[in-house]
Amino acid sequence: MNRLSISNLRVSIAEQEIIRGLSLAVPKGEVHAIMGPNGSGKSTLAKVLAGHPDYKVTMGEVLMDGEDILGLAPDERARKGLFLAFQYPSEIPGVTIANFLRAAVQARLPEGEELEATDYYARLYEKMDLLEMDRSFTSRSVNEGFSGGEKKRNEILQLAMLEPKYAVLDETDSGLDIDALKVVANGVNSMRGPNRGILVITHYQRLLDYIVPDHVHVMVQGRIVRSGGKELALELEEKGYEGYDEVKDEVSEPAMV
Amino acid sequence: MVKEVSPLEIERNVGNFAYPETHTHDAGVGLTEKTIHYISDIKEDPDWVREFRLNAYKTFLSKPMPTHWASKDLEAIVFDNIRYYLSAGTQPKRNWEDVPDDVKRTFERLGIPEQERKFLAGVEAQFDSEAVYSNIKKAVGEQGVIFVGSAEGLKNHPEIFRKWFGKVIPTGDNKFSALNSAVFSGGSFIYVPPGVKVKHPLQAYFRINAENFGQFERTLIICDEGSELTYMEGCTAPKFNTATLHSAVVELVALKGAKLQYITVQNWSANVFNLVTKRGIAHEDAEVKWIDCNIGSRLTMKYPGVIMKGRRARGEVLSIALAGDGQHQDTGAKMVHAADETTSNIISKSISIGKGRATYRGLVHIPKHLKNCKNNTECDALLINSTSRTDTYPAITVRGTGNSVQHEASVSQVSAEQIFYMQQRGLTEAQAMSLSVNGFVNDLVRQFPMEYSVELKRLIELEMEGSVG
Repeated sequence: MNRLSISNLRVSIAEQEIIRGLSLAVPKGEVHAIMGPNGSGKSTLAKVLAGHPDYKVTMGEVLMDGEDILGLAPDERARKGLFLAFQYPSEIPGVTIANFLRAAVQARLPEGEELEATDYYARLYEKMDLLEMDRSFTSRSVNEGFSGGEKKRNEILQLAMLEPKYAVLDETDSGLDIDALKVVANGVNSMRGPNRGILVITHYQRLLDYIVPDHVHVMVQGRIVRSGGKELALELEEKGYEGYDEVKDEVSEPAMV
Repeated sequence: MVKEVSPLEIERNVGNFAYPETHTHDAGVGLTEKTIHYISDIKEDPDWVREFRLNAYKTFLSKPMPTHWASKDLEAIVFDNIRYYLSAGTQPKRNWEDVPDDVKRTFERLGIPEQERKFLAGVEAQFDSEAVYSNIKKAVGEQGVIFVGSAEGLKNHPEIFRKWFGKVIPTGDNKFSALNSAVFSGGSFIYVPPGVKVKHPLQAYFRINAENFGQFERTLIICDEGSELTYMEGCTAPKFNTATLHSAVVELVALKGAKLQYITVQNWSANVFNLVTKRGIAHEDAEVKWIDCNIGSRLTMKYPGVIMKGRRARGEVLSIALAGDGQHQDTGAKMVHAADETTSNIISKSISIGKGRATYRGLVHIPKHLKNCKNNTECDALLINSTSRTDTYPAITVRGTGNSVQHEASVSQVSAEQIFYMQQRGLTEAQAMSLSVNGFVNDLVRQFPMEYSVELKRLIELEMEGSVG
């Protein structure tokens, strides 16, 4: 029950199958990493979990604490406790981070309950300090004119504020220099705990030096082809994905995203 | 800020409420000379006003519809089906206690907070054609500021009223200014004496509460030399089945060095024709600024203008138009430079939802003999759906040397990725849309007084909630 469970998932976009029978379970209290070459369907998986309307699930199920979430709208999934840190977060011109997050936090309160502004700001500032974000960030428009690193920090800030049950981090390390990477990893690590499952999607092992996973999965051509402990990431770092070419060959019609 | 609500339910209720009407005077349906006499009799007009009305009536009959440049939709107005005068028979009141309960209930329904209602020290709320409630802040009166209904203004202050009335917008300016001149009732008259700076904005809430009733307010504001004033006008109208006509005329005069700001937030129901003529004259070193927000209505045609008559005069129009499904917002600005070193600024933002259509029409005129005049025009359009429409018609005439004009226009669309991103944070699609739209207008709204920006955001949220799903 206490897990994000994906079974035999198949997903297509524009008649092209990208996820081809993927199964994976992320229990609460654990950090799982999915690694894989470009085009293996990692980011598609993240978007499908969050309910992106462009993708069509043709088979399989996704259960969050036992509840099937595939029939739910993206915002319903979010309010039930699923969070996606985007690889390419959207800009929302004219909407400040403070207002955006406030609306998001408010959306999680029971009807008729108003968010207490002072508590909210106290919590927001605390999380921003953790992520070494300047207070002036609160009055900037969401992601507008942000550097790559600022965008990623902003994603983790939202993760910290929304306290989801399950968090999916899509290529959170891309575009980060090493200092920023440490700060972001620190933020994610502070979110680890028995009541939260985290799925880290990454192309490089680098991030996993700082966010040390409990399990590592290798994804190729829309499937998990191998699972192991954290040492698997190191092996991949050393040998690359070349060894998985054979697996690739087994799957017909390679689908590139 | 954002609440879980059933979108459609809320949408249907926007402005869709009316209380039993008790009208003691009613001019009946249709417009003839008799109607004009009836209105003049009821209002005990001085002879010059009666004559002014009758002449305007003739002008109205002789003027063509302005359909050649906007919309054939105007032809749907049946002038014979409109009631041109209606009064609750109440005199303007000064105390909150004297305000009828149903009026108070409307304030409540519009979501004006209790504290703000008390703050409405400078408020005059207009029900139908007469001011039902007016409570002028004592301090303002003590400063010598006159803030009364236009009927009271022309009776009690003819020496000021008559000097400026109909001078900024002549009767024959267009068919609807002529119509207003013939049948006007209600509206405000404000005079600010030289050097007086009115600290708090003066507010007026307007409301149409009678079916088939055209509302023809007439507002005249004069800021004497070196004075300052902000005036705020807000409108919401209940929904009715047959077309309602709103055709106001607003004239502003800013004498030497005066600053006059006129703010409008309108939320008309979808069957209202809103055809309004608004213009100001800015004398030497004076400034006239229009902030104009148009939400709702079937068709709005409104182009606030500033004639910069004296050196270094400034004119500004900041406008936001939200065209819901099936609505047409035909709005813009007119800037007429008539002296050296005058500057004007136009910032227009429009949002089109569903099959809504937003049109920007701008006129900037700088004649050949003038020097060092400047105009800046920015118009941005946001399209919500693929069926939404926006058009921009800038008419810029700049002659002479040393005059500069800058024009920027943009059209953008709320992207599906943006909405998905916001939904992933837990906002419903409608909430995400309204947040996007609020973001789009935010830098303009920030220039509004606090209570109006809150009200405007709320109106946008209500509009957006009904627009998706």
